[in-house]
Amino acid sequence: MDIRSKLSRRGFLTRLSAAGGALLLGGCDQLSQSPTFRDVLSKAEGVTQGVQRFVLSQRAMAHEFRESDISAYFKPNGSINIDDASYQAQAKDGFSQWRLKIDGLVARPAELSLDELRRMPSRTQITRHDCVEGWSAIGKWKGAQFGPLLQSVGLKPEARYLVFHCADTLEPGAKYYESIDLIDAFHPQTILAYDMNDAALSVPHGAPIRLRVERQLGYKHAKYVMGIEAVSSLALIGGGKGGFWEDRGYEWYAGI
Amino acid sequence: MDAQSMDAEQKLAAQANVIYRHTLPVRLTHWVNVLCLIILLMSGLQIFNAHTHLYFGNSSDPAHAVLSMGAMQKPDGSYAGQTTIGNWTFDTTGVLGLSRDAGQLEVRGFPSWITLPSYRDLATGRRWHFFFAWLFVINGLIYLAYTFLSGHLRRDLAPSGRQLGSIGHDVVQHLKLKFPKGEEAKHYNVLQKLAYLAVIFVLLPLVVLTGLTMSPGLDAAFPFLVEIFGGRQSARTVHFLCATGIVLFVFVHVAMVLISGVWNNMRSMITGRYRIEAAE
Repeated sequence: MDIRSKLSRRGFLTRLSAAGGALLLGGCDQLSQSPTFRDVLSKAEGVTQGVQRFVLSQRAMAHEFRESDISAYFKPNGSINIDDASYQAQAKDGFSQWRLKIDGLVARPAELSLDELRRMPSRTQITRHDCVEGWSAIGKWKGAQFGPLLQSVGLKPEARYLVFHCADTLEPGAKYYESIDLIDAFHPQTILAYDMNDAALSVPHGAPIRLRVERQLGYKHAKYVMGIEAVSSLALIGGGKGGFWEDRGYEWYAGI
Repeated sequence: MDAQSMDAEQKLAAQANVIYRHTLPVRLTHWVNVLCLIILLMSGLQIFNAHTHLYFGNSSDPAHAVLSMGAMQKPDGSYAGQTTIGNWTFDTTGVLGLSRDAGQLEVRGFPSWITLPSYRDLATGRRWHFFFAWLFVINGLIYLAYTFLSGHLRRDLAPSGRQLGSIGHDVVQHLKLKFPKGEEAKHYNVLQKLAYLAVIFVLLPLVVLTGLTMSPGLDAAFPFLVEIFGGRQSARTVHFLCATGIVLFVFVHVAMVLISGVWNNMRSMITGRYRIEAAE
């Protein structure tokens, strides 16, 4: 009697652990695809953002490196060319006809040429670019500071986010776009970069301008920026999550 | 004496040798930790698979990777999985660099049976990883607070001077697979204590710190993080090494559980009660 109950307990525990293992391995893929479970997992993003914003003073700067630290190899990621006739025509003549549209919830919508952008208050910084895939590269960026630019067009009080509309299409029918909030928009290191490593930004790296938002991962640094829109909510843009990759499951807050 | 009372007597004698070994907070945090570490490892390998190279420093120069996984085409046209560590290259076809997923050969760092999700999906791997990283950290802090405040650290984990003096003897006994009995078995032995201390106070904190160092946000908040590890890529490499260390510890830990009385050990980690074998 004693031995039998012991055996059945052993059998039960063995079956339990085997079933547990199978459940864990097989069930995780199913859980990964369950919208409810994904919502639960995604709760971590809010916690991460809250804690990082708490420990990260609004003006804390990303580390800036020396010239000698600049990486010999800087992988251009995402789109590296644009299959669009009008973009290619603009690229051919150095983007002299290109205009950056700034509109949405601003008092004075603007269209800026590359020359006008180059005459605005600028900042040069040597920073580390961290890709969500795991690699890093150090580059030197020069561009128009975003904060003063926003002040010049006059953000309306209800504006909460800045959306960057880009020329590239990573998937058929889905233009690349990104968004940041006002904390990052007015951070001194947030620039619209037109130079990389002392030369005009090349096409693979996002010519004519790319956003630099140094305290977040690379996919936030939108390339080929054509227009900037101030909005009060991200819900009605693209897939509603605030960016091309965000619409495909990545975190909107990419400080991690 | 009839059989039944004999049975009862034996039971009583057996019970006299059962001690209450693991308190509830230790048992709970242990199993939460097991769950977290399994998920963190598997989702971590999914994240690793997005860039199957490791470096030291701040930059990822492909020419200076310390570890690389990938696939190459052989002269006969077929493909082989390769893993390069420093100057050594190994054929790891089927496991690392190139493996089968649902019958199809696929170029990927770690194979599908050990990544979470099994298919390639960095975004979802990150969601799993960061959710369970929070759970792991909170669970770890609860454990640490308990360990310090309850005296668990001083009473059960800190090796005594006498124990430290007999390390050599303990190593020999372990290699002979002879484990302490009687009075000695009421406490962790010195090798156990040192292994647990190394995991609790070195490996696990290091895996958290190197994980945090990969965050560009936290690097801006705490610049010393990157300095300690000598760069974000170094931190990524150390993170990987810590995970490897934890896996090695778990292998030894589980092996020890299996050979030193699996049911007694499992019961003690579930109910707290541990049976002491009489000394010879």
